Amino acid sequence: MTDIGAAEGRDFYRLLVLRRQAILAALAVLLVLSFCADLALGPARYGLGQVVGALISPGSVDDQLRVILWDIRMPVALMAVIVGASLSIAGLQMQTILNNPLASPFTLGISAGAGFGAALALAFGVALFPFAVDYVIPINAFLMAMLTALAIYGLSLRRGVSSETIVLLGIALVFIFNALMSLIQFFASQQAVAAVVFWTMGSLTKATWPKVWISLAILAASVPLLARRGWSLTSMRLGDAKAESMGVNLRTLRLEVLVIVSLLASVSVSFVGTIGFIGLVGPHVARMLLGEDQRFLLPGAALSGALILSVGSILSKIIIPGTVIPIGIVTSIVGIPFFLYLILSRRSQSW
Amino acid sequence: MVTLRLEDVGASYGGREVLVGISTPVLEGGQVVALLGPNAAGKSTLFRRIFGLLRGPGSVRIEGATVPRPVAYMPQDNGARPVLTVYEAVLLARMQGRRLKVDPEDHAEVERVMDLLTIGHLRARNVGDLSGGQRQMVGAAQALVQNPQILLMDEPTSALDLSRQIGLLTLLRRLAREQGLLIVVAIHDLGHALRFADACLVIEGGRLAASGPTSEVITPAMLRRVFDVDARVEECSRGKLQLIVD
Repeated sequence: MTDIGAAEGRDFYRLLVLRRQAILAALAVLLVLSFCADLALGPARYGLGQVVGALISPGSVDDQLRVILWDIRMPVALMAVIVGASLSIAGLQMQTILNNPLASPFTLGISAGAGFGAALALAFGVALFPFAVDYVIPINAFLMAMLTALAIYGLSLRRGVSSETIVLLGIALVFIFNALMSLIQFFASQQAVAAVVFWTMGSLTKATWPKVWISLAILAASVPLLARRGWSLTSMRLGDAKAESMGVNLRTLRLEVLVIVSLLASVSVSFVGTIGFIGLVGPHVARMLLGEDQRFLLPGAALSGALILSVGSILSKIIIPGTVIPIGIVTSIVGIPFFLYLILSRRSQSW
Repeated sequence: MVTLRLEDVGASYGGREVLVGISTPVLEGGQVVALLGPNAAGKSTLFRRIFGLLRGPGSVRIEGATVPRPVAYMPQDNGARPVLTVYEAVLLARMQGRRLKVDPEDHAEVERVMDLLTIGHLRARNVGDLSGGQRQMVGAAQALVQNPQILLMDEPTSALDLSRQIGLLTLLRRLAREQGLLIVVAIHDLGHALRFADACLVIEGGRLAASGPTSEVITPAMLRRVFDVDARVEECSRGKLQLIVD
């Protein structure tokens, strides 16, 4: 070994790591700014200074500001960040374990399953778990989403089922659930139809403090579990044979990760409705910025997903002043052209 | 010294027997063993079975190993195109099963192996942008960086130019001699096998057709029987064995 070679390698790697840490830091700063702006904007507008003041010492500002910020806007803004991070991480790991750039909670039918569960509750008052009356809609949505994820997993275990087949299967499930929802809407009252349609648009205004805490708990529990598997998950991107040759037990890793991300996605979707775009785009943006190493990609995907949804939350309030456009619509209309631009403007491949 | 011995090893895929009753002599560290056989003879399956990715009857006996994971396996290239630099891809192979922090020793080892294989200049390139031959060299680095005592390589030279084929095989033989590695390498070029391998295993239709020192295994009779080729093995003017196809 030449010492020069070793030094060069270490320097190269140190620079790589530094650059990625800088990108992560930049994303974090942007997220904090976006979060504060999200809190500042609404029917009553506040300056960033006021917001920061109210955040640091809630006692020092007047009651109106404190109530609007902490009781009304804070759960919504936090929910945007948590759900954005959760869906993005879920999408990232679905893409990783299925080795498919199209995998996301949306394309695998998990969101559609949740929508169907919610529609059952909204239209006919069917409670799949009839004990928590206040949470019938999210619980229905959650159960259907988990059921969908389990079905996907069960089918993925069958011999000869490739990851492409699984994505096709997910898309088939999306169509089935959409058809079932249309059926529900056909038989439901006009009011119920409106409620179902609104639910499927995805909206952060359903956020409450208990929902924030539940989503945050799931997210906080998932991240370390996934991070622990960082090297293995990264190696899956080299292909199954290669990952196995490095000693990765693919079967247990896939099961473990699928359970975690199904929980992440299901909880998020059941609280805020269908937000299709984050789980697909968050991870791709992070991958373009940070590469494939999960030690950086995992936090990167969380940050980029959170940032996209937080910015979406701001946009949903300012496009038409006085009206909060459902976030699922905003993220798709604004985000997808941006995503296409990113993909098409890159010279080197990113998947 | 590490040794490997197969006793009545078998393997099957979905009920179809791919390997049947393979028993080898004791293969000792310090040598290069060529695994020969026609396409679909079961060479890759045998590697997977030895490495523990497939279960089946019989036993794979590894003795004298002094590290927890003595065997490294370099599968055939599968064409995955991840957004990882060569440096990261090699480091990744070393870090499996370890904590997330990379130590200076790990960097030193990655660079040492990349230097050995003369791919240091590729370190910042994306694996997905490399040529097939370059990817194969990265694959070899990923196996070597795990510091194995037994190295299983599935056609490591299939995409390399002649100079790199000879370079890699020469390096493998040197590593075997100097560090006592046992290197089992599946290879289609019997001329290379004659030149670089100390011993050969020949597999045909999932069974062991021949095994032993290279010069005793690669014979016109075996070539005729297993590969259906008429060929001679003759000494060249420098006394090296050469394969001549008629």
